Amino acid sequence: MPDDTPPADALFAAVLDPAYRADPYPLYARLRERPVSRQRDGSYVVSAHAAIRSLLFDPRLSSEDLPPSRRPRTGNPLKDWILNPIRNRIATAHRPLIFRDPPDHDTLRALVMRSFTVPRVEALRGRIVRDVDALLDACRGRDRICLVDDLSYPLPVAVICDLLGVPEADEPRFQAWATELATALEPDARHDEAGRHRIVAAFDAISAYMRDLIREKRRRPADDMLSELAGPGPDGRRLMGAFDLISTAILLLVAGHETTVNLITNGMLQLLRHPRELERLRADPERAPRVIEEVLRFDPPVHFRTRKALGAIEIGGVTIPQGAPVVLLFAAGSRDPERFPDPDRFDPDRADNQHFGFGGGLHYCVGAPLARIEAEIALVALCRRLREPRLVMDPPPYRPGASLRGPEQLHIGIAGID
Amino acid sequence: MSAAELAGIVVVGASLAGLRGAEALRRGGYEGPLTIVGAEPHRPYDRPPLSKHVLAGELAADATGLPALAPLRARWRLGQPTVGLDRADRIVRLADGTRLAYDRLLVATGAEARPWPAPTGGTLTGVFTLRGRDDAAALRAALAAGPRRVLIVGAGLIGCEAASCCRDLGLAVTVVDPNPTPLARSLGTGIGGVIAACLRDAGVAFRPGTQVRAFEGDGAGHVVRARFADGGAIEADLVIAALGATRATGWLAGAGLRADAGGLTCDAACRALAADGTPCPDIYAAGDVARWPIPVYGGRLVSVEHWGNAVEQAGHAARNMLAGPDDQRPYAHLPAYWSSQFGINIKAVGLTDGADSVAVVQGSRASRRFLAVYGRAGQTIAAVSFDQARWLPAYADAILAGRPFPPIRDATDRARPESLAPGFPSPRAVSADEFAHA
Ligand SMILES: Cc1cc2nc3c(=O)[nH]c(=O)nc-3n(C[C@H](O)[C@H](O)[C@H](O)COP(=O)(O)OP(=O)(O)OC[C@H]3O[C@@H](n4cnc5c(N)ncnc54)[C@H](O)[C@@H]3O)c2cc1C
Ligand code: HEM
Repeated sequence: MPDDTPPADALFAAVLDPAYRADPYPLYARLRERPVSRQRDGSYVVSAHAAIRSLLFDPRLSSEDLPPSRRPRTGNPLKDWILNPIRNRIATAHRPLIFRDPPDHDTLRALVMRSFTVPRVEALRGRIVRDVDALLDACRGRDRICLVDDLSYPLPVAVICDLLGVPEADEPRFQAWATELATALEPDARHDEAGRHRIVAAFDAISAYMRDLIREKRRRPADDMLSELAGPGPDGRRLMGAFDLISTAILLLVAGHETTVNLITNGMLQLLRHPRELERLRADPERAPRVIEEVLRFDPPVHFRTRKALGAIEIGGVTIPQGAPVVLLFAAGSRDPERFPDPDRFDPDRADNQHFGFGGGLHYCVGAPLARIEAEIALVALCRRLREPRLVMDPPPYRPGASLRGPEQLHIGIAGID
Repeated sequence: MSAAELAGIVVVGASLAGLRGAEALRRGGYEGPLTIVGAEPHRPYDRPPLSKHVLAGELAADATGLPALAPLRARWRLGQPTVGLDRADRIVRLADGTRLAYDRLLVATGAEARPWPAPTGGTLTGVFTLRGRDDAAALRAALAAGPRRVLIVGAGLIGCEAASCCRDLGLAVTVVDPNPTPLARSLGTGIGGVIAACLRDAGVAFRPGTQVRAFEGDGAGHVVRARFADGGAIEADLVIAALGATRATGWLAGAGLRADAGGLTCDAACRALAADGTPCPDIYAAGDVARWPIPVYGGRLVSVEHWGNAVEQAGHAARNMLAGPDDQRPYAHLPAYWSSQFGINIKAVGLTDGADSVAVVQGSRASRRFLAVYGRAGQTIAAVSFDQARWLPAYADAILAGRPFPPIRDATDRARPESLAPGFPSPRAVSADEFAHA
């Protein structure tokens, strides 16, 4: 980490600077000196737990990232088509629910929740166990694994494909699209021209694929989420317009991919840094939920999300003006000493762990139960099966993203795989 | 006279406030004897489901038991109302003559449904009130028998919830109320109009501005008709009188406390006030029965019929009961309640008493998803949400902070607040009888 510390109104710029990626937490501590702090660029960074909590429930904070003039408000396929004749506007204009406000957000989310049921998620357990075992079996005979490439990365896409009802044969294509689109939710992503083109091309390809798959699901519904979302509601009418359906399916892929990758990777990283916790988890897999909650607090996959203030908001001694970008710095709130005793200690046994790992309020992660199951199975298997695991490089190299933050690679030296 | 039984801390009222209060005493470290007296023969049960799932037939009336959240090690005296209190000797008397000597007393006797007067038809069969589990079981059985028309008198929360259940059961229902809309007393006619539309859409016949004069029975003494004050009449073979509640303080008559049908008056620390206005150091009250000075609204005396208050106030009273005289903390509570009817989840915070302005600040009345705030003299005092509950905390904070009205503009789902005429029937009662009406 660079040692000249930035001024208070440039702290967030430093957060975005890859030089601080491996350990942004000291910057967060400085930001937290003020619950809400104005940055040079006119944005407001919110880093205290109480202030984040309050803003998550403030109806003046908008997640819409497009100006009203460019915002299609309809999920009606025909109107969508008139408004968005060019398919790739799905990428640039037709926004999924994570980028939408009530009431549209609520309608779409309710439909997703309706089919994202507990039994459906629980039913994936068996396949996740098999996938994790197969991925680890494939590493047998090596003295080193790269957790990201060998397990964290391939697992979530396979699981989401299963959930949505994407045929197994098409999974490799999804892996490729997921990689391309991973940065699409990254608010601070500064893509170069070529990168932008690749993203749009991936959106086009996955949109076209989804459109066909949806048609197929309507013809031959199966017991999967896409069939349910594409099918008729109780009143016989279609639940979602085609564009909403496609953008929702893509969102589920994108939102559930890199986040889960990071959760598994960050989790293992913390266990390797805290070997006693690794031992305890190996001895008692029932500890997994506590460990995962603590990872979500201590070193979460999603560090912040950006909103916009639709009206002036008084909070934490400042007035956020109308129109200002507001950064909810979840990862800082989750280490607020006002809220958590000894916040910089990794302690799965803390009694009260109301972290912001999955956000909060109306955009609270819909995939949280699934993410928890995946991480639980992966971490328990890693602890039980890796013999004498140790970090090869600490800190590991990180991907550039500051919000979806996680190691690019995590090499673990091993004495074998059980 | 037999010797009084040494009963330790005595809790009178074996319902929500009584149970949660007793638990808080144990959790607070009280190890001595604990006696819980209840007029009903039942262990504590939950009332909110009675007018919802129980009437709809989704839950049996006897499946509403409240779980115990802490070991109580209490002596239960169920099916035994207290009939008197002797403060000088610290004795409560039970109906069977038992005398319990208390160290400290928690009054949690709640409220009772206001009955329909006997001379104008209150004793006819087929006329029901709804407060307890046995009421709900009897009413449920009568509804299941398929009455030709149900008449609900009173469009307060319980009346409306019952109407909603009746429609779910496919029964013909008429609701009458003296006010222009349902829920007029608690929410005003501006918001009450939304419920009126729900009633209409659900196929309930709503007759606003209607007062019932009497019920008439057939030869067997079963209700067949209601006569209105305006001379009209309606045939109905089942009547639900949802007229609100009075506080169960009858047993305190003569005890020298400030108690009447509006409640037992307490100080800020939940201690009952003697007639001369001094707090009794050993008598506390909590739940529907309590009337206390509420700090958020300038210390005005209020009583509420809210589940959340029963829980919180009981916990607070128990805490103070165990604390020394110099450590009596004031009860700071922002009232809140919920109701579900016609598929809508209504939640409210604050008290609307005295509201002079109302505005919809999120969503729209037409969509039946909205959030409305109430103001008095330029200050935000209450908020109600229809299927928008997750935003309420922001408004609760605004009420507690005494923010100007309306506290929030430019919401994502509504750029400009829509002002309404509040439309509260006058004069507003001093007590916030959310579950009452008329
Ligand atoms: C049908 C119905 C639906 C409701 N729905 C909601 C809702 O949706 N949301 C909400 O917030 N609130 C609701 N409420 C209100 C909520 O149930 C009450 O606020 C809560 O029950 C109050 O608890 P309490 O213990 O103070 O009083 P109560 O529950 O009234 O209990 C008092 C107990 O004391 C007993 N008692 C009375 N006198 C004596 C005596 N002399 N000796 C011994 N025992 C005595 C009574 O028999 C009773 O069991 C509803 C109430 C009813 C009746
Ligand atoms: C470790 C894994 C995960 C983490 C840490 C995570 C984190 C988050 C966070 C912080 C948000 C809030 C965004 C905001 O407030 O703007 C969110 C929203 C969301 N997540 Fe996750 N997520 C994870 C896994 C998943 C999975 C597996 C899925 C789906 C399969 C998923 C689907 C979504 C969706 C659809 C939203 C948007 C919800 C809305 O806008 O209402 N997530 N997630």
